[in-house]
Amino acid sequence: MHILEIARHILAALCLLGGASLVLAGASGVVRLPDFYTRLHAAGVTDTLGTLLVLLGLILLSGLTLLSAKLALVGLFLFLTSPASTHAIANAAHKAGLKPRLGTWRSEPEAKEDKGA
Amino acid sequence: MFGEGMGYAFSLLIAMALLWLVLSGHYDSTLLLSLGGGSAVFAVFLAWRLHILDDETSPYHKLPRFFIYWPWLLVEVIKANIIVVRTILSPVMVLTPRMVRVKTLPGTDMGKVLLANSITLTPGTVSVDIDRDEIIVHALLKELTAKEGFAEMARRCAWTWGEKEEVS
Amino acid sequence: MIFATALMLMAAMMLMLVRLLRGPELYDRVLAVNSFGTKTILFLCVFSFLIGRNDGVDIALLYAIMNFISTIAILKFFRYRTLDVALSRRRRRRA
Repeated sequence: MHILEIARHILAALCLLGGASLVLAGASGVVRLPDFYTRLHAAGVTDTLGTLLVLLGLILLSGLTLLSAKLALVGLFLFLTSPASTHAIANAAHKAGLKPRLGTWRSEPEAKEDKGA
Repeated sequence: MFGEGMGYAFSLLIAMALLWLVLSGHYDSTLLLSLGGGSAVFAVFLAWRLHILDDETSPYHKLPRFFIYWPWLLVEVIKANIIVVRTILSPVMVLTPRMVRVKTLPGTDMGKVLLANSITLTPGTVSVDIDRDEIIVHALLKELTAKEGFAEMARRCAWTWGEKEEVS
Repeated sequence: MIFATALMLMAAMMLMLVRLLRGPELYDRVLAVNSFGTKTILFLCVFSFLIGRNDGVDIALLYAIMNFISTIAILKFFRYRTLDVALSRRRRRRA
């Protein structure tokens, strides 16, 4: 029983830290990527797996209580609304005539960030 | 027809009551429980008055298939996440953005919504617009625009919304 | 560990603010605000564990609803310049 408790806390810690680093990676992508449509994808990383892992870690910490049901509800709601709002932003930009940059793009390690913008 | 409507109303009522219980956390006070039940009934009445009490509002008979579809979608999301995170975090980013058109297999509106939402939920692909039976998709990398992947997702969405009987 | 998670979420929110201030297009800014909202929801959940009170999760749920509605409302306003437009073309079914 004691071993199980320790394992639960370790798993929760792994989920929390993994999810938070995914959120951080997505945020750095939103800053680094070159144009609007590519930034959408970086925000998508935060919305899906980052959210899922952080909430899963909190659910593991709280155990089988009303609080974990509420956390699952938050997760379900984000899971249903985040694609809708991402699509709404993308569709609004597309309808307004914002053109995506297609073709191959590569960043040089020391190049200026707004080189091709 | 009347029986079907009652089924939608009843399943929506159960969902609303469960939502009230989870959000409030009161199980013992009779007054509060009856007030919660009353508000659930009122919500269902409002849905009936808005004429939205149909299979899109409370798709209870499609729920079992969703529970088969969601784990598959979760695996796809995790796979795409790994690819996108590796691309974003590499010191020299090599991106190959593409705009592609994806044929939708589902015929009904909700089936198309399911497919477009699944495409958006998978990182690296975002559905930008819908043009009759084609979805315009922006992809971060050209590896993510394989036709077979989209076709399989479309097949599974059509199956989940009950337009097809078998997955493959 | 919870504290470290909260700090990392805060750092991600700061990066979102960078994109919000720098974003060349309107849509970059809307995206930044929406993503900031998602991170705020996560931060509220983590914060309620940090201070040991469960009320934060309720606020997070409320914030999730508000974040979605405000994103849609902002986009709708900048597209039509009014909020008095029907978004759904769903046919009304007479019962």
